[in-house]
Amino acid sequence: MTAVLQIVFDALSLGSLYALGALGIALIFGVMRLVNFAHGDFIAFCVFAMLWPSTDAAAIVFAGQLPSYLLIPLLLLIGAALSVLSELIVFRRFRNTNPATMMIASFALGFVIRHLLLMLYSSRPKSVTLWPSLGLPVEFLGAHIPMLQVVTIIITLIVLATLVLFLKRTRYGLEMRAAAENFTMARMLGVRANGVILLAFAISGMLAAAIGLILATNSGTADIGMGANVMLIAFIATVIGGLGSIPGAVAAGFLIGAASVVFQATLPHDARVFRDAFVYGAVIVVLLVRPQGLFAPKSAKQRV
Amino acid sequence: MSQRPSVIRQTILTPIVLIAALLVMAALTYYFGSRAFNRTAVEMFINIMIVVGLYAFVGNSGLLSFGHISFMCLGAYMTAWLTIPPVMKSITLKGLPVWLLHTQLPMWIATPISGFFAALIALIIGRIIMRLSGIAASIATFGLLGVVNNIYSNWDSVTGGQGSIVGIPPTMNVWTGWIGAAVAIVIAYLYAISRSGLALRATRDEAVAASASGIDIVRERLIAFVVSAFIIGLAGALYAHFLSIVNPGSFYLRTTFVTLSMLVVGGMYSLTGAVVGVVAMSVLIELFRNLEKGVSFGSHTVALPNGVQEIAIGIITIVILMYLPTGLTRNLEFRWRGWPLQRRLQRPAQTALKELN
Repeated sequence: MTAVLQIVFDALSLGSLYALGALGIALIFGVMRLVNFAHGDFIAFCVFAMLWPSTDAAAIVFAGQLPSYLLIPLLLLIGAALSVLSELIVFRRFRNTNPATMMIASFALGFVIRHLLLMLYSSRPKSVTLWPSLGLPVEFLGAHIPMLQVVTIIITLIVLATLVLFLKRTRYGLEMRAAAENFTMARMLGVRANGVILLAFAISGMLAAAIGLILATNSGTADIGMGANVMLIAFIATVIGGLGSIPGAVAAGFLIGAASVVFQATLPHDARVFRDAFVYGAVIVVLLVRPQGLFAPKSAKQRV
Repeated sequence: MSQRPSVIRQTILTPIVLIAALLVMAALTYYFGSRAFNRTAVEMFINIMIVVGLYAFVGNSGLLSFGHISFMCLGAYMTAWLTIPPVMKSITLKGLPVWLLHTQLPMWIATPISGFFAALIALIIGRIIMRLSGIAASIATFGLLGVVNNIYSNWDSVTGGQGSIVGIPPTMNVWTGWIGAAVAIVIAYLYAISRSGLALRATRDEAVAASASGIDIVRERLIAFVVSAFIIGLAGALYAHFLSIVNPGSFYLRTTFVTLSMLVVGGMYSLTGAVVGVVAMSVLIELFRNLEKGVSFGSHTVALPNGVQEIAIGIITIVILMYLPTGLTRNLEFRWRGWPLQRRLQRPAQTALKELN
């Protein structure tokens, strides 16, 4: 029983991470059909923003020393700023171009950010200690659950609830949903395109910062490639969820997290290193059955 | 009268001119270039193979693929398994099947086998991925890259894991590189003028009209996917023979990005663009590589910090996409006279809108 509970918590916390990632990608995809390949590098950037640029092995913690009530807003702000800046400088010029061009542009931007970080910090992973108390386990119905998992799950739930309230109850949320449904029509009805897109980028950047914080606390290291893995799975989640569907992306994120944890727990020991390959295999099976994704929105169907 | 001979007559010039131009480069490099420059030239020829292979799929179908470098990985490891002397294999790669462990083939047999192996895997994976719609398919190819990288960097007994496999016979020089590039160009050209290639380009330009005319989009995409995987598998094999070591890290995001940006810079939809893009970017990369090493002005040596090369490539790609979205060649093929195939109807403005919504 406790083992099952352990697996449930593992699945939920990993799923939360993927869901947050998928959400950040789905939001931007919704408003401008941009698949943001730079998202993973946004995550890495936010983690490294806590450190002072140096190529030494020992990390010089900079912003990371701030008390948490300052550090968290600061990082969220950095994430949002980076994301908004990339829209202003790069993506704005690619509006109305085809999705393939935008994908390559975002891929190029991610590449630039990644190598900027490499230049400033070198490729060695650095240790960051954030809130070590979160690593301690808590007793829950006989199972030992790391505090961080509980916090991750709670944070994700809060973020999701806030976002749902925002999307359903506020004017900007309504505009964003309208834009995701049919951008041209929304503009004709008076939705400000620039405002909605900037807002989507800002939220997506904050989500990236949140993922960065969780990852850094969890692993205790800052590594250039740390965002890429989450991003890859988040992409897959947006496809499985049905491109353009925000709830679909979140649900698929949780699903993939659960699948990873279950594979990790049930695969024979030798096969465990191939866990990701098994997860992708499962994804392919899902896509064979439903090529349009599990929760494809009606608007995704191509009209003639 | 059949239409086919005239298509060949109108377009045959492109591959001939491209191959001839590369031959001139190869000859100049061989007779005048330094040893280091020769290596750069071979690298460029291999990149031409990769990018031409990418073009065969991306250019004809209009779908972006981020997964093609995994076929390079498949090809490179296949040739490594086939050509490394059995004595070395039995020490480092214990997990190989016995028959493979005792085989040692010459490079010119191992390379086509590697290409066919990549094509076979593409056929299996492609049947699934090609069913997806445009953007979803692109993301799925990204997943393919992840899977292949995950397997090849963890299956220690067969692929040597994260470390490198050494001992592949280094048999590449400028001429073999040129032959590889020429073969890639010929295959891509023959595919582009084939019935399937023409049909696929029709689906790229007007998917709805094409499928209404009886074109099976999934099937044509799959054919292009397999053809391009074959070319890139060959490129991977030659790359292995060039470096004489392989490790999974060299077939991941960086190579994917550099080759894609070469294709985009040259012009995604044209064979000439693929080749021009590689040559232009190779020149730039070489330039920045030298700048990173340092340039001396009299007694001072000024060197750019390491990593500037990649940042510059990224920025140049973005800028070219902004100002020349159709690449250096504007998606046109090389021509002396007018080339009727290029006088396509302008894409209706509606397509752009449709993709937006």
